[in-house]
Formats: sequence, structure tokens, C-alpha cells
Amino acid sequence: MSNDSGARTGVTRRQVLATSAATAFVAAASSKASALTFTQLPEWSPFAHNPPPTAPPGDHWQFFTADEAATIEAIVDRLIPADDLSIGGKEAGCAVFIDRQLQGFFGTFARLYMEPPFGKGTPAQGDQSPLVPQQRYRFGLAELEQYCQSEHQASFKELNGDQQDQILSALEQGEIHFEKYPSADFFALVLQNTKEGFFADPVYGGNKDMVSWKMIGFPGARYDYRDYVEKHNQTLDLEPLSIGGGTHWNHQG
Amino acid sequence: MATKLPATDVVVVGLGWAGSILAHELAEEGLNVIGFERGPWRDTAQDFNIASAPDELRYSARQELMLRTRQNTVTMRNNTSQTALPMREWGSFHPGNGTGGAGNHWAGITYRYDPSTFRLKSHLIERYGQQAYNDSNLTLQDWGTDWDEMEPHYAKFEAIAGTSGKAGNIKGEIQEGGNPFEGPRSGEYPNPPLKQPYGPTLFAKTAAEMGYKPYYVPSSLVSRAYTNPLGVTMGPCTYCGFCTNYGCANYSKASAITTILPALIRKPNFIAKTNSEVHRVTLDGSGKRATGVIYTDASGRTWEQPAELVIVAAFILENVRLMLLSGVGTPYDPRTGKGTTGRNYCYQTANNAQLFFKDKNFNPFIGGGAVGMGIDELNNDNFDHSGLGFFGGGSTRVTPIGAAPIGNTPVPPGTPKWGGQWKRAVKEHYLGNMSVGCEASSYAQQGNYLSLDPTYKDPHGYPLLRMTFDFPDNDMRMAQYVTDKIGEIGERMGADQVVKTPRTRPWNNLSYQSSHMTGGFLMGSDPSTSSVNKHLQTWGIPNLFVVGASAAPQNPGFNPTGTVGALAYKAADAIRRLYLKNPGEMIG
Amino acid sequence: MNKLLMTLLGGSLALTAATSASAAGSEDGYGISTDYDTVQKGRYIATLGDCAACHTKEGGKPLAGGVALATPFGKLVAPNITPDKATGIGNWNFQQFKSAMTEGKAPVGHLYGAMPYTAYTKVSDEDLRAMWSYLHTVEPVENDIVANQLPFPFNIRMSLIGWNLINFNQGEFKPDPKKSDEWNRGAYIVEGLGHCGTCHTPKNLIGGDKNSQFLKASVLENWTVPDISPDNHKGIGEWSKQDLVDYLRDGKNKFDIASGPMAEEVTNSSQYWTEKDLQAVATYLKEGSDGDHQTTPPEPIASDDNRMQPGGQIYADRCAGCHTPDGKGVEGLFPRLANNSLMRQDDPTSLIRVVLAGSRAGSTDAAPTGPSMPAFGWNMSDEQIANVLTFVRNSWGNAANAVSPSDVAKLRDSMKND
Repeated sequence: MSNDSGARTGVTRRQVLATSAATAFVAAASSKASALTFTQLPEWSPFAHNPPPTAPPGDHWQFFTADEAATIEAIVDRLIPADDLSIGGKEAGCAVFIDRQLQGFFGTFARLYMEPPFGKGTPAQGDQSPLVPQQRYRFGLAELEQYCQSEHQASFKELNGDQQDQILSALEQGEIHFEKYPSADFFALVLQNTKEGFFADPVYGGNKDMVSWKMIGFPGARYDYRDYVEKHNQTLDLEPLSIGGGTHWNHQG
Repeated sequence: MATKLPATDVVVVGLGWAGSILAHELAEEGLNVIGFERGPWRDTAQDFNIASAPDELRYSARQELMLRTRQNTVTMRNNTSQTALPMREWGSFHPGNGTGGAGNHWAGITYRYDPSTFRLKSHLIERYGQQAYNDSNLTLQDWGTDWDEMEPHYAKFEAIAGTSGKAGNIKGEIQEGGNPFEGPRSGEYPNPPLKQPYGPTLFAKTAAEMGYKPYYVPSSLVSRAYTNPLGVTMGPCTYCGFCTNYGCANYSKASAITTILPALIRKPNFIAKTNSEVHRVTLDGSGKRATGVIYTDASGRTWEQPAELVIVAAFILENVRLMLLSGVGTPYDPRTGKGTTGRNYCYQTANNAQLFFKDKNFNPFIGGGAVGMGIDELNNDNFDHSGLGFFGGGSTRVTPIGAAPIGNTPVPPGTPKWGGQWKRAVKEHYLGNMSVGCEASSYAQQGNYLSLDPTYKDPHGYPLLRMTFDFPDNDMRMAQYVTDKIGEIGERMGADQVVKTPRTRPWNNLSYQSSHMTGGFLMGSDPSTSSVNKHLQTWGIPNLFVVGASAAPQNPGFNPTGTVGALAYKAADAIRRLYLKNPGEMIG
Repeated sequence: MNKLLMTLLGGSLALTAATSASAAGSEDGYGISTDYDTVQKGRYIATLGDCAACHTKEGGKPLAGGVALATPFGKLVAPNITPDKATGIGNWNFQQFKSAMTEGKAPVGHLYGAMPYTAYTKVSDEDLRAMWSYLHTVEPVENDIVANQLPFPFNIRMSLIGWNLINFNQGEFKPDPKKSDEWNRGAYIVEGLGHCGTCHTPKNLIGGDKNSQFLKASVLENWTVPDISPDNHKGIGEWSKQDLVDYLRDGKNKFDIASGPMAEEVTNSSQYWTEKDLQAVATYLKEGSDGDHQTTPPEPIASDDNRMQPGGQIYADRCAGCHTPDGKGVEGLFPRLANNSLMRQDDPTSLIRVVLAGSRAGSTDAAPTGPSMPAFGWNMSDEQIANVLTFVRNSWGNAANAVSPSDVAKLRDSMKND
């Protein structure tokens, strides 16, 4: 990107436009407009690749406390239970995915319009909560813990699967009262993020070994189906591919 | 206080489809052109790496290419009795950002409106009578132009975009395999149709058996390598299925960045200023002449850029907002129906039938935004509306856009939303489901309009645009009718389950419907009910042109991009051919 | 902007002589003509010679110098060649200009090999005079350039004298009477003004051309400069004359799209060549100067090789979307890999480089697209890159030595440290 209009020469201004040209060339103040200005295609930057906004690597929880993480792991393992079709949400990495998302721009709604006033509005007007996801999770998990302690004298993660499912259903229906953020909204957010973690590319921390893609037959980040588009009503059995590569890229045997 | 910069010949606001077309055409004419874009410079080379472009979380769920609502959003309400609240996250629609605009993440569907659209009100009164029209409670208007005037500009846009398809009507002769309801085209599409996956093929076969005339959806995802008249080359579509909401990594999806900007940016008399947000058009003391624009650059400094000719070609929402902020035209008043700026805001009435098959495999991940087959018998006034109680209709299509699984794992109604049963249903139905859509018309009524919000402001302190809208009774009746019809086709296709979803009220921001908003700064022949003449020139301010879907007086059952492109070429043609020779108001 | 062309040459070490900085010229007009045709011809000659590549800095005034050339021995900065008397060549006379162009001897001392006088020595007197005249029509710019920023001992220009003994054959181009006029015109451009060998001919240890291997490939600044001899396997033997013309004029043909330094050459120089000169150069390159250009290609590496097999998978997943499953590519957009001599060069540096770091094709008025090769260094390992390149170099009619992961690792390190 080069900067400047000064290099533009040799083009004759159309006089016809100058009819009311009260457009005296007022010299701009000493400095030039600092907008990003383009006069040609930008130069190639070697190695530039616009990478996915993944979290910095690391084994530790980046947003959740250990207790919060244990609860979330228990929740995602009920939302997506292990069975003959796939591993469960916990092993698939859904909790890690959510942790990394909360630590990134999603966790603070950094891209969203979060100016007051926050009216209640109609359902049609959509999400109007002043809370950002980091707060929604922090408050929601704390109130869930409180509820479990008062009803069951135990943490959510210590309950059995049936008990956990019952509580999750009650959250889903809004039957458990949360003070700071409605329980049904909390449940919907966790469910949405859990599904994202299960189905998103593994580079974001979930969908371990592309497990969900293998389960349903989605070939992932492939970019060319010209050889397959007209194979109608056939099972293709394509190896899935991640942004990070494919297991079939290694030596076979 | 804005610092005044040296004057230029032309400023263009927005470097999406319309702005890039205008900037190119006027730079060709030798004028010095500055293009302003509020978003970043986007470029296939740097932005859309083939290894990272297919990323559903980033591009679809997190809306990477969309305008950040933090930068600018709209407020919404269904009627004037409610208080509008901001769209904090895009739901119902997806405005774009950066060079190429929404053209980077669009589907590529490239229709021409049909001839009756341009004189809809007159046409309906002629066919059904004044009384039937009055009973509809709609506020339709004619465009002030007609098919014959539009046709060459459609052809030019299709040549630039490399549109792939099969003509249905060339110079009045109906063509086998094309859409017979098309207006007469001057020639065939620039490229042949795309290959078709199983879903559209099964749909087309069944529809043909039922007496419909299936056609290839016109697509600006090109079917073969193509070099357009500007010398810019596009690559063949690979049916990768990361299309709508994504940028294309292999140059197959037409957008300003893959068709125009590489040629435009080479011109010594054009410069692009990105990350620069225009706040308003400045007018001289008489209010009859635009003198330039006020904008803020990436560093936060505010400038005045004087120009002889001002072209506003931002997205529809920003076109209307800029006109309101600049005091151009009289703001529309929904109580009296008077005023022009913000008038006849319309949307698109999107309907759908989801089909579940037990014994079929559609490989739904194969496809693209405009890969598909359609029928047009249910659209616009292609069928007799006598006694139906509504006008309008929609283009019915099967276009598998790709099926990345966060957003594309439908299960039949009644399935739990989580747990083992949900997972089993997802697996069972993933490969065997498809959908038939009906992208239907949205007609104007008095209470739907655009205005400035009294409460919410953008980061610079300017009011957000306020949208007051709900679907008219007419459109709700139409939605029910067309959805029943597409459901019949789904049954005939042999689906085990057909789930019909006609659009219902209230209009909401909860789920995606369509980014096809129209109106608010209408084209017409009467300055009391329109804002621009048929050359897209503002009534009373001859050196201000406002170009885009904002000009449409109501929205037919077609995607608007082809028409936005044609309107841009139409305005450019008028400026080059007429205005530059005799700057002033162009009549006729 | 990476001015590779020159860099290469930087290889020529050298030394200085405190030659007399004989200032200023006589007052006889320096052989300057202001005839329209002479000046226009001179301008074209300067374009053929691509003077601007080194002497015009991006965003700077034409020919006012300042482009820095990174050489293996240190930094050289191209001087100001506008007619400014104090800081340019305004005080030179024609003979001094001619000496600089053809012998590397300037009033300031001996020139480094980065100035391709070993090629320009073949330029005719008439063309030199036209160029000289043209240079005096350029706006004089006061811009004092310290050209020699080499560290000791390379800053001593005296060493160039020894270099010249080994590397320099002085003398104007002599046409070969056995060849056509077109061939001879092509030879004149390729060997002279076009200074193609500056990049395309292998270098000896001190940076001089190995003239016995004229145009037979080199490696410069982490780019493979391909063999453009008529050899059928590694050279341009399979390109037609029209393919060569298309490439030089548009930066693309059905085999390849110019990128890196060659893209700069097309952008700055050969896109402006006349059709006649393009044809002449194509004729010369196609015919070469000696008879037999057939070599027996090696056998490709077997497809079940444990590098080829994963390489093929990677190709299908990451490359085929653009280069197509059969390697044929898309003309003008995605280079053809199948049966392409550029894939078969002994040295795979450029191939590794573009996979690691990406690259953008040059854009011209005729072909403005400027498509790019994305970078894959971030999500492919050394071994994966080596394997996919080994696959490409041994598929669809290609055959060449395998690429090793250590080749990739080495280049990765070297580029990161640039």
C-alpha cells in the first residue's frame, strides 16, 4: 500500500465539472489524511495467511476456574453423551473450546454494539442483555452451583447422569430461577457453544480428531468437489480434512 | 472540526458492487476519483487462504466478514407503537464490510427482475382493476424506467460478473431449458450453467413432471475459467460448499474484488481510502448542490473532501442513513404517507420446506450459494392472482449452499435439542435432508419505513438508522400460498417428511432470513414520491447520485444484486453520456 | 520491493580503484539529441534495459536512485542517474556514460557487477546514444546517494579489476551471419540490454557468470531462476514462440504466471516491448545457439513411494482446488503443474518458497488480476511440503529429484531470518 495522491499526475480534470468550482484547492493542514490509501494492489507479504483466530496454545484453562471447568465438562458430556456413535462432549473438547472462545473476542462481545440503554424489548428484537458471555457463564455457573448445593447438597458434577439431565431440562424450560441471567438463556448459550465446539474445526479445541464430522459424514475443510458433484445419491466416504491437515496425510504403513 | 482537503472530481461512498462499478466507469472517463470504504481493503490473495477459508465457526457463526455492529448497526421495531432497540448482533440479515462489500459473502444468485416489476403498480391495476389494488392496502410505485432501458445494463453487469446460466428468452424467443418468464434478453449468459448435485436434480425432475419449467439458477459463481471485459480472470467454481457468508479462495465468486478492483486500482486517477467512514454529504448554502463529503479516517481524524460529483453507493441501509444525516429530501412520515427519504422500506419474504428422506444421500456439503435449479411459476405476477387475496410470489429454488454442521444439521420437529436422541437424529438425517426455498416478494405498506433513531448513536455520535417494519397482510397470505405449493413438490419428490415453514409475523432478528432489504431512497418519475430520477440522480441536487437497492420502490421475488449492478451501470452510463456534456438535471 | 535482479549480481565482489573521479564533462553537448525519434527510442532502450528496476525507488522520482540492493556481501544502493549536475550524471559526457555502460568504468570509479555492464557491453553505440539523449530529458533530481555501503573489504572497488579479468568479455554484440535477422535481434536483446543472463545464468564463486552454461538456471535470493535454454526437459523446449511472447508481454501463458523478480521484470519492462522484439527474443530463446537440445528425461519417482503417496493426498486436499486434480491449472490464474519444466528444475528453491510463503503474480494492464499462491508455511510441516512437492515434480509427465524435508527447513529458517 502506498500512500498518497500526490503521485497521480497526467490526468486532465474534466473542465465540464468545474462549472461551479468554488472548489479552491484549500491546502490541507500540514499533515495528510492518514487513511489507509491504496493506489495499487497491495504488495505480497511473505507468509501472510490470515490465520483462524485460535487461542494461544496451553494446557491450562484460560477463562474457567477449575471448579467451573469441571461443571462445564459435566454439562457438555450430558448435552453430547458418549455412546456407540461418538465420544462424549467432554472428551471431544467442547469445554476447552468454550474456554478458549470466552477468552477471545466472543467472550467480551468485542465486535458487538453494547451501548446503553438496554431495553427489555420484544422477543422479536433479540438479545438485549447488557451481560457479555464471560459474565453470562460466570454468573450462570455460580447460580447453578448454588441451586445444586441447596437442592442436592452436592455440586452438579457430583450428581448422576439422570439427575444432571433433569436439572438441564429444568434450565432449558426456565424452571429454575437465576437472578442475574435467565436460566433458559444460559442453557441456550451453553448448548449453542457446545454444539459449536462439537462441530467446528478442531483447530479451535473441540471436535477431537474430527469426531463429529466422521460421525455424520461431513468431509470438513475440503475445497474441491468437482469430481463428486455429479455422483448422485452415492456414499462418498471421503476422509475429513481440518484446517490443520488430515490424518491421511501421513505415510500409510 | 473537519480539515478541508484538496478537491477532486468525484467521490464515491462505498466500494462494494455499486461503488466499484461507478468508480471504474468514471475513472475510465478520465475523472479523478476517490473511493471511500468504511471497512478494510479485502483481497482474495491475502484474505482468503484456501486452507483457512473453509471455517464455519469463523465466517458463518462469528460473522467475520460482516460489518461489526460496534461500528454501525440499526435499531428495529415492528411498528411505531414500540421503542426501537439496536440489533446488537446481526440476525435477520448480514451487511458486509470492506472492499467488495456484501458481494464478498453473497450467494452469487444473479437475477434480472422481470419486466412487470418496473411498472408494478400500473401493471396490477391494468390486470386486476383499481379496486383490487386498493383492497391490497399496499403502497406500490412504478420505477420510472422499464425493461428496455434496463436490459443493456443487466447484460453489462453479467459480463463483468461472468454469470453462468441458460437464457429462457432471447429477443422474444423462448429457449428450451431456460426460465421462460425472463424478460427478452439481448443474448445468452456469458458462461454455461454449473453442474448440479443430486438435490436440485431431483427437484427439477419432479417439478418438470408436475408441469413446471425448471431452469438453472443464474450464478455468478462461474462455471469455467473466465476473463471479463476488464481483463480480470476468474477460476471455475469447485462446489466447495463454503460460499454464502464466506469469501471465495479460488476466484470463482464474482465480487468487486474479483472482477473490478484489480483493474480499477491500477488507474492512476483512482485511489481507494479504506477504513474511512463517511458521515454525511455536504451541501452548499442553496441546498441544491453537493460539495463533497465529511469522513473520519482510521486514525480518528475527520476531514472534508470536496468534489464536483458525489456518488453514494453504500449498502441500502447506509445510503438512506447518509441521506437522512445530510438532510437530503424530506423524511418520510408514516402517519401521512408523505415525504420521500426512508419511504417504502421493503424486505424479502423467505419461505422454506425442509425435506427429510430415509433412503437418499444428497451429500449436502457439495454446493454453493448459487448452485441450483429453480422454477418461476409461483413468482411475481406469473400466475393469476384473481380472487387469491394477495399479489406477489417468489422464486422457488433448491440451492444447496453447503452443509457445514454448526448451522446445517436439521432434525425433524419434536426431536430433543440435545442428548443421545438428538445426536442420533443428526446422524440419521444429515445426508438425507434437503430444502426447497421460496424467496418471495415484499411489498410496501404505509407503516414500514426507515428513519433516524432518537436514542442510539454510532461511535462518532451520529444517530443509528431505525427500521420500522413488519410483514403486510398481503405478504403473509402470499407466503402461505407459495409454501403450500412448494410443500406439494416436496411430497411428490418422495420425502418421508415435509416440514413447511412459511414466513410468519412478527419480523424478528432471531434467525437469518435474507439480506435483501430495499427502498428508502426510491427511483421514480415523481419527485413527491421518489428521491432519484431514472438515472439515479437526486431530485433537486443534480450532482448527487444515490445508487443501490435503496432505489427499489418494492422488492419482487428475486435476489436484488443483479439489479443493483445494472442500476450502477445505468447511472454511470447517464453520467458519461449525458451529464458530463451538460451538468444539470437530466430529464428523460 | 525486492530488486533481485541486481542482487544477484551483487555477488561480484570487488574493489575499488581510486580511479580519478574525473569530474565533469566537456561543453560539447555530450552527444545529446533532442530529436523526437531519438529520445523516444532512448526511452524504449531504457525500458528494454529495465533501468528503473534499480534506479527508481518506489514512490520516488524517476531514475533518481536509492533502491537498496541486498547482496551476499552487503548493501549497494543504486545511484542517481538523472541529469542533475551535482548528484546525478549531469556532468558526465557521452564517453564516460559509454564506459560506465560497457566497461563498468565510471567517473566515480569502477562499478560493481550489480550494474550489468557485462551484458550492456553488447549494446550498440547507436542505442547508447539514444539512451543518453533520453536520460537528459528526465527531470534532474538532487539526490545524493552513497552507492557503496559494503563492509570492508568489499567496499574497495579495486578488487573489481581482478574480477573483470575472470568474468568480463568486453565488446559490442556481433551478429551471427548464419542466423536470421530476427534471431540476431533476439540475441542482441537477451545477451545485451535485456541482461537475462544476469539472473538466469549460473554464477561462479565470485559471482561471475558461468558463460558455458548460459541461461541454464541459477538460484538468487531464495528464488530458483529457471533454466530458459531450449532444453526440452528443464528448459523452455516445450514452450512455443507464442508461449514465450505471451509470458514476456502478459506475465502469463498456459504454463506459468510470473511471480517474484520475473513479475517485476514483466511489470517494469517486457510488457512494454514491441511485438517485433518479443518475437525476436522468443525466436532466439527457442532456437538457442547450438544444435541439440534434447536430453533424456529421468524416470519419475514411483507413485507408491512413501513420499509420493502422502504427497498425492496433500495435493488433492490443498492444491487441486486451484491447480485442478490433473495438474493442468487454469490459464492466466493458476499455473499449470503438469508437464512443466519449471517443476523439473534441479533446484526446487522457488517451489519450496512459494508453498511456504506464498507469492503473488505480477499484474499488467492486459492481465490485471494479480492472483496469488497462498502461504502454507503456517499449517504444513517440512515433511508435508517436501512430500507434496516431490509428488508434483514426479506426476503428470514431470520427473525430478525428490525434495527433502531438510531443504524445506533450511529455506524456512533462512526466509524467517530475512
